[in-house]
Amino acid sequence: MAQIIYDKKRCKGCHYCVDACPKKIITVSGELNDKGYEVVEFDEAQCIGCGSCYTICPDYAITIIKED
Amino acid sequence: MATKEFKAPEMLRTGDPTGFCPGCGHGTVGRLGFEVLDEMGLLEKSISVYDVACDSLYMWAIDTDCVGTAHGRAIATAAGVKRVRKDCPVWAYVGDGASYSIGFQHTVWSAVRNENITVVIINNGVFGMTGGQMAPTTLIGQKTTSSPAGRRADVNGYPMDITKILTGQDIAYLARGSIDTVANINKTKKYIRKAFEKQMNNEGFSLVEVLAPCPTNWGLSPHDSLERIRNEVMEVFPIGEYIERGVK
Repeated sequence: MAQIIYDKKRCKGCHYCVDACPKKIITVSGELNDKGYEVVEFDEAQCIGCGSCYTICPDYAITIIKED
Repeated sequence: MATKEFKAPEMLRTGDPTGFCPGCGHGTVGRLGFEVLDEMGLLEKSISVYDVACDSLYMWAIDTDCVGTAHGRAIATAAGVKRVRKDCPVWAYVGDGASYSIGFQHTVWSAVRNENITVVIINNGVFGMTGGQMAPTTLIGQKTTSSPAGRRADVNGYPMDITKILTGQDIAYLARGSIDTVANINKTKKYIRKAFEKQMNNEGFSLVEVLAPCPTNWGLSPHDSLERIRNEVMEVFPIGEYIERGVK
């Protein structure tokens, strides 16, 4: 079980995380943040906590806390 | 119950958002450097030396001690900072435009003198902040604002490869990483960690070049920029460890 903390304000909509996620649970939401970038949404229930999205995110918008 | 956290250093996460374009490689590469320093417990003591380029935007994104230098002089300044503050980890965080063209003498001579500093160079093939002009690392045929028909080998020469230029130099460490995939980012982080460890062991000059995307000046989407690194850039600039003192 993993907890995802997503800071929409920091996201710049590059969508690297969408490509990097091995479970393909990150999708483009269509919603815009304050700066007008298209943010993503997560299917948290299916997250395995691998941290790929955190690793590839250039804007420190994603934090993953994995509990075994 | 073990908890594993994937978390950027506190100062990066809570500070102002970085000023980089969407998809810029600086956000990832800079984070790797600060993450390594944080894990080694050296972040508070560290001194970052920036050039006049996109990398200098970190001055506003993280509250570590830093020096903003004249264009191309970051590596020379870092060598000076290290000589007077021997206890602090000092790293020059620079782009390929500055360190391979205007400041190339400092890159080479700091290596020849084996200055005890760590240098992280972003190789994105263009001068980013000034509008995407041709840099020494621009690939043959690549269109930039100063080579609109593409770089030509007969006019502009071939792309510069630092690992060939520093071959045989008695330096502590030389490696090239890439940030196109999660696996390569993790590998690059290991290279940067090794570079800092060598500095803290007073072994001398360590340099890590990182292939990074510049979607704005390449005229590509962030997704296509990573594809380009995989398919074109890594053909010309292979990644891996090139020099490690004490290891054949």
